[in-house]
Amino acid sequence: MSAAVQYVLYIAILIALAMPLGRYIKKVMFGERTILSHVLCPVENGIYRLMRVDVQKEMNWKEYAVSVGVFSAVGFVFLFAIQLLQGVLPGNPQGLPGVGWDLAFNTTASFVTNTNWQAYSGESTLSYLTQAVGLTVQNFVSAATGIAVLFAFIRGFTKVKETGLGNFWVDMTRTVVHLLLPLNLVVALALVGGGVIQNMDAAKTVKLLEPVAVSSEGEILDGAVIGEDGVVTVEGTVIDGARIVTEQFVPMGQAASQVAIKQTGTNGGGPMGVNSAHGLENPNAFTNLIEMISILLIPAALCFTFGAAVKNKKQGNAVFIAMLICLVLALGVIAVNEQAATPQLAQNGAVDLTASAQAGGNMEGKETRFGIASSSTWAAFTTAASNGSVNSMHDSYTPLGGMVTMLLMQLGEVIFGGVGCGLYGMLAFAILTVFIAGLMVGRTPEFLGKKIEPYEMKWSVLVCLATPIAILVGSGVAAAVPQVMDSLNNGGAHGFSEMLYAYSSAGGNNGSAFAGFNANTVFINVSIGLCMLFARFVPIVGTLAIAGGLAGKKRLAVTAGTLSTTNAMFIFLLIFIVLLIGALSFFPALALGPIAEYFACMA
Amino acid sequence: MNTWKNALPKALCMFVIFTLVCGVLYTGVVTGLAQLIFPHQAGGSIIEADGVSYGSEHMGQRFTRPEYLWGRPAKYDVTTFTDENGNALLYGAPSNLSPASDEYEALIGERVAAMRAANPDMGDAPVPVDLVTGSGSGLDPDVSPAAAKYQVKRIAKARGMAEDDVIKIIDACTDGRFLGVFGDETVNVLRVNLMLDGILKE
Repeated sequence: MSAAVQYVLYIAILIALAMPLGRYIKKVMFGERTILSHVLCPVENGIYRLMRVDVQKEMNWKEYAVSVGVFSAVGFVFLFAIQLLQGVLPGNPQGLPGVGWDLAFNTTASFVTNTNWQAYSGESTLSYLTQAVGLTVQNFVSAATGIAVLFAFIRGFTKVKETGLGNFWVDMTRTVVHLLLPLNLVVALALVGGGVIQNMDAAKTVKLLEPVAVSSEGEILDGAVIGEDGVVTVEGTVIDGARIVTEQFVPMGQAASQVAIKQTGTNGGGPMGVNSAHGLENPNAFTNLIEMISILLIPAALCFTFGAAVKNKKQGNAVFIAMLICLVLALGVIAVNEQAATPQLAQNGAVDLTASAQAGGNMEGKETRFGIASSSTWAAFTTAASNGSVNSMHDSYTPLGGMVTMLLMQLGEVIFGGVGCGLYGMLAFAILTVFIAGLMVGRTPEFLGKKIEPYEMKWSVLVCLATPIAILVGSGVAAAVPQVMDSLNNGGAHGFSEMLYAYSSAGGNNGSAFAGFNANTVFINVSIGLCMLFARFVPIVGTLAIAGGLAGKKRLAVTAGTLSTTNAMFIFLLIFIVLLIGALSFFPALALGPIAEYFACMA
Repeated sequence: MNTWKNALPKALCMFVIFTLVCGVLYTGVVTGLAQLIFPHQAGGSIIEADGVSYGSEHMGQRFTRPEYLWGRPAKYDVTTFTDENGNALLYGAPSNLSPASDEYEALIGERVAAMRAANPDMGDAPVPVDLVTGSGSGLDPDVSPAAAKYQVKRIAKARGMAEDDVIKIIDACTDGRFLGVFGDETVNVLRVNLMLDGILKE
């Protein structure tokens, strides 16, 4: 019962916060006055002066795309270099060595593309300098890049017979200064108050209340007794060479500041290897509420920004409703399956799975403090958005629960999706929908008063298919490489799911994982890195090209013959097209993985 | 070609500015304010008694002795981290096992048997799921109230304590849901054990 209340409240809080934020972002986009203007506008103008940017100068779509590309390339080179050199740079109290080239390439591609796939484990691989000056910066700017491209795309609809789509440098500056910085300062401080760490100290060690006996090979000795004299025995036999571990490792660092932006910017890559399942990154239900709402806050708000910007609030609402319906359906399937657990866990009733004085259900890979409700909701949110942070291990979800998280990524990350990119991806699907609907009723397809012609269609198809191509080609090649088998943590159909999930995560720019999969090998690092870059930058070019085409057209008057793009029929069609492309692309692969596993486990 | 040349200096300039603002300034401001307003939380919520650091409130430890409350099973790791003298340090990792495989069924069967053997007074009562499943972090600081109550008789017997006194300590270390709704009820395992040992009072 209380679980049901949680699900409803999480969605309600999200909507209540997203609507006003959407209106605020619309003001930021057009440079209008907001309540923070008198503090932040001087900062914004200072940046323009330093950069010698002319705010009035508009870019055409090619100039905009080149600016995105050059800026991302600069970030790429810097982040790659700082990882290779972190061993000799300051800000490294743990004394960690430089990162290997393949892992550094993967991590760089991952953060520049707003994916934040973690082939690394933060606390044992990356220095504080790399985390703060490298990763955190990309968390900000890759998120801002997505939003900037969305702004340019929206201008394709608002402008009439023009070539300019706005100015990339201005859009970036406004997004970072007026939206991301103030929002994240508040979120980060709330998180620290809730117990997330934020310091410059080296990792601490603490005394274990119960020391742990370990064999000479580093294996924990189960059932070991540690004598007064330090002699270790197991069932009366003395174990030679056994060691006694008396202290625990407690990681430190600047978690709260990084967690805030990784959540709000749909980045997802955190300071800890286990991400927001770690007690120091997400210690309780309060921090979890903030982190989880932050996942979808900006992507949801941008729907309302879009409606306000094109002066057609109904259009923004229609897109929002389509996304929300898909999210709620997905969440429902995950929640039901996780609460029901599996026969393998139930042990014919020997394991108590009821929800009395405990969460019950499939608790494998889930933290006690989050139970089923807050874990399932996070899983749906993080894979609907291309966030990819986790507070539970998706690898240990039930076959169907895990499948839904995978499917949400395979749909192209358009159910809210990444900040900016989720909405422009969904709008490409909307263009596809009006085209198909137009064909069915024999009308010239148009969207928001702009005629949709072969040029827009070609690019839209490319935007919509970039994710399936990246996922299917990537996982297809990987399935043929023998050594990928060694990376699997589970056998059989679930092992295949681990690999499919990895490439789905890369192709959707999501970043979450079936984390038993050992992704830190040269082949996987490089291939996943390439998938992420393809799935990020091909749609950006396509989106800007469409915007360039649309901006140059005249606006058609709405007549009785215009197909409505805001009514229930259109919402239904849009969802249908999204699911159709996803299902057609991925049903065969899903049948080999989670669906096969489901039938095997129920048999 | 011209577009490239125009964009590069601006891209470099913007990248430097944002690295300073978002990487250095933002991180620095949050750290400064955190240390000022919430020094205990920002430092990892370390539980200290008589000058000894006994662990973070938010990180679980491994307990196997009958007189202690046990936490979630986990894949403990002693090979990744060492202190400055090279001594191994304990850390945790998630299992990432599929809950639908035959191997998993066998593993849970073993855990159920072990749990029942360790808690003979509970007879054939179903074992709370928290006690046989690994957590998301491998460092779950908590168990559910049901999992804690399941162990009361064993702890009381091993310590020669009254069961009511054990329950009192568990209740004192139980946190409700946030605002009565969000998350799940938890019992902090380390705090219970520190109180059982008399190291922590209340």
